[in-house]
Amino acid sequence: MKKHRVLSWVAVTSAVMLLSACGAGGGGGNTASSGGGGGGGGNVIKIATQSPLSGGSATLGEAIKLGAQLAVEDKQEEFKKLGFTLQLVPYDDQADPKKGVANAQMIASDQDILGVVGHLNSGVAIPSSEVYEKYAIPMVSPANTATQVTDRGLKTVNRICARDDFQGPAGAQFAVQTLGAKKIFVIQDKTAYGQGLADAFKDAAQKLGAQIVGYEGITVGEKDFNGVLNNAKAANPDLIYFGGLYAEGGLIVKQAREKGLNIPILGGDGLDSSTMVQIAGADIANTYYTSVAADVTKTDSGKQWADRYQQKFGKPVESYSAYGYDSAQVLLKGIENAIQANGGKKPTREQVRDAVRAIQDFQGIVTKVGFDDKGDNKFANVYVYKFDGQKYPGTQVAAMSKQS
Amino acid sequence: MIPQLLHSLPQVLVDGVTLGAVYATVALGYTMVYGILELINFAHGEIFMSGAFIGTAILIGLNSAGWLGHLPKLLVLLLTLAVAMGLTGLLGMGIERVAYRPLRNAPRLIPLISAIGVSFVLQDVVRFIAEWRTGNYIVTGVTLYGAELNLGSLTVKTNTLIVLGAAVLMMAGLDLFVRRTRWGTAMRAVAQDKDTAALMSINVNRVIALTFFMGSALGGATGVLFAQQYGTIDPYIGFILGLKAFTAAVLGGIGNIRGAMFGGFVLGILEMFASAELGPLTGGVLGAEYKDVFAFLILIAVLLFKPEGLFGQAVKEKV
Repeated sequence: MKKHRVLSWVAVTSAVMLLSACGAGGGGGNTASSGGGGGGGGNVIKIATQSPLSGGSATLGEAIKLGAQLAVEDKQEEFKKLGFTLQLVPYDDQADPKKGVANAQMIASDQDILGVVGHLNSGVAIPSSEVYEKYAIPMVSPANTATQVTDRGLKTVNRICARDDFQGPAGAQFAVQTLGAKKIFVIQDKTAYGQGLADAFKDAAQKLGAQIVGYEGITVGEKDFNGVLNNAKAANPDLIYFGGLYAEGGLIVKQAREKGLNIPILGGDGLDSSTMVQIAGADIANTYYTSVAADVTKTDSGKQWADRYQQKFGKPVESYSAYGYDSAQVLLKGIENAIQANGGKKPTREQVRDAVRAIQDFQGIVTKVGFDDKGDNKFANVYVYKFDGQKYPGTQVAAMSKQS
Repeated sequence: MIPQLLHSLPQVLVDGVTLGAVYATVALGYTMVYGILELINFAHGEIFMSGAFIGTAILIGLNSAGWLGHLPKLLVLLLTLAVAMGLTGLLGMGIERVAYRPLRNAPRLIPLISAIGVSFVLQDVVRFIAEWRTGNYIVTGVTLYGAELNLGSLTVKTNTLIVLGAAVLMMAGLDLFVRRTRWGTAMRAVAQDKDTAALMSINVNRVIALTFFMGSALGGATGVLFAQQYGTIDPYIGFILGLKAFTAAVLGGIGNIRGAMFGGFVLGILEMFASAELGPLTGGVLGAEYKDVFAFLILIAVLLFKPEGLFGQAVKEKV
């Protein structure tokens, strides 16, 4: 037995080397057949999750893990029929890049792990994925929106949520086409996030025919925005766009309403916080924000799924639960495809990596998934939420897709 | 462009004077301490912030006890102000006793550094307490006077009037105190010459403690008014505001009480004017984000031609 394992390990390694040689030679195509000789050994297939299970964002990290766990349990029967035992290995990345990379090394050393669902934080995903790339472990991210995650052109990195640079244009579409805004006043907080978002919004809105009647910056940490808002009031806009976070956003909404500016105010996912509602109080009405996470309970099947999740884990679904589920599903779909292409034998990591990237039309519970050549999801939407009264979260009012 | 400017000018002035009143009362704390010790008390911004939190805590407490609806609003406000002033005053005295008095004869830079240390400690202690229950240090309090008055194109919150009234009362009171009472005379004497004042049987330590108490109480009261005006506070509001108030004190001539008041109002109005009108005036080349640049350029210009500040020389006596 021992001998056999050593042999198979040698086989796998040689297959890895063979494949990476292939890849370097530029032979994309059907790698599944070229790796056909390797593979064998063991009938356990594991997938890992990497998300913060402790610390400040543990709720969201736990949601990703539980979502993936549900997907694995749903698929266990199917994999048994194929002759494999499917297991989930959760890792806690503590929202810390160092821990994420250390975990990635451990994942790499367990040859049964054929893919990773994660991370929550782009800052952790970026360094960790360098390790995945080295060992050809496909990663499907439920939540990383930073452009740099996929822009590095790694073969292993995929995501099912939208990119940051799509939020601004999606907001512009909603403002101009849905709300019919013609004169827009833009305020941003001079941070990389706020200004980037506001600039993207501004360009897209101008392309769609809206007039930007003002573009002003504020300072993070200040509390008095009356100056900028006086300026805004004089320009008489029919919509205010704010690129920034909830601490300033809430005050801007409040002080705008005090000045009698009762026009819609739109922002990015920086406003997606219960504190936003606390700060603005009753003035929150007519405020919108865009988010990459959809409300899964909007559809009937999603609602059923959410109920099942709640029953199983005794916790309500979080915004990323369904994304964790769908990420794991996509990954498992890729593994299944790779198994089939490999003639029912256990595929190599490279085969799984390419099979995952090859997924073009997968209907998940919350989003449709099809990867482009960078690993971005072609069907990823940006969702627009509206604060209706003093409650959080807002209600989802629109989904903006890239195609339109 | 000009008609639009004139149209929004009254509103800009009202908002600017309100912000200026806040700067002015906080600037008093800087200027009083500097006048008497030649020490820049960088923890003063944090005392202002502590006052805001104490006031908000009292109001939230009263509200959840259900008493807020039964008591007259003015009484609640005065009570909150009194408690916050007392506590922040004691806090200021305590800081002086612990962080400055032992260093009074040390080189000038040393107490400056301990002031920065105190300000970090206060920020984090308040953040710790604020986060205790909700895990969120941004606190939204109860607003007593939230109504708005519409006067033509002008919108004024009732609270704005209260901020202005309270600030003017406090400043006038302080001015009277310093000029007309025995303790005020003692303060001026210590500011002029500590050693000689001690020879004239003035208890210098008590006078300095009193100065810290009064400056901090004013800062704390302004904190309460600030929380009322803007509704939301966090443990870091003292930093930027403290810096601006310090600037106002320098603008007016640091060490001079009337100068600090004047500097506060000038800075508030300049800043509000710049953030509202800089964009339209320059055709969008310079936006509101340059308001601080604008305000500080004026400061530099003043200091170039009058290094002692606007009122530095005109009034000889310092406190």
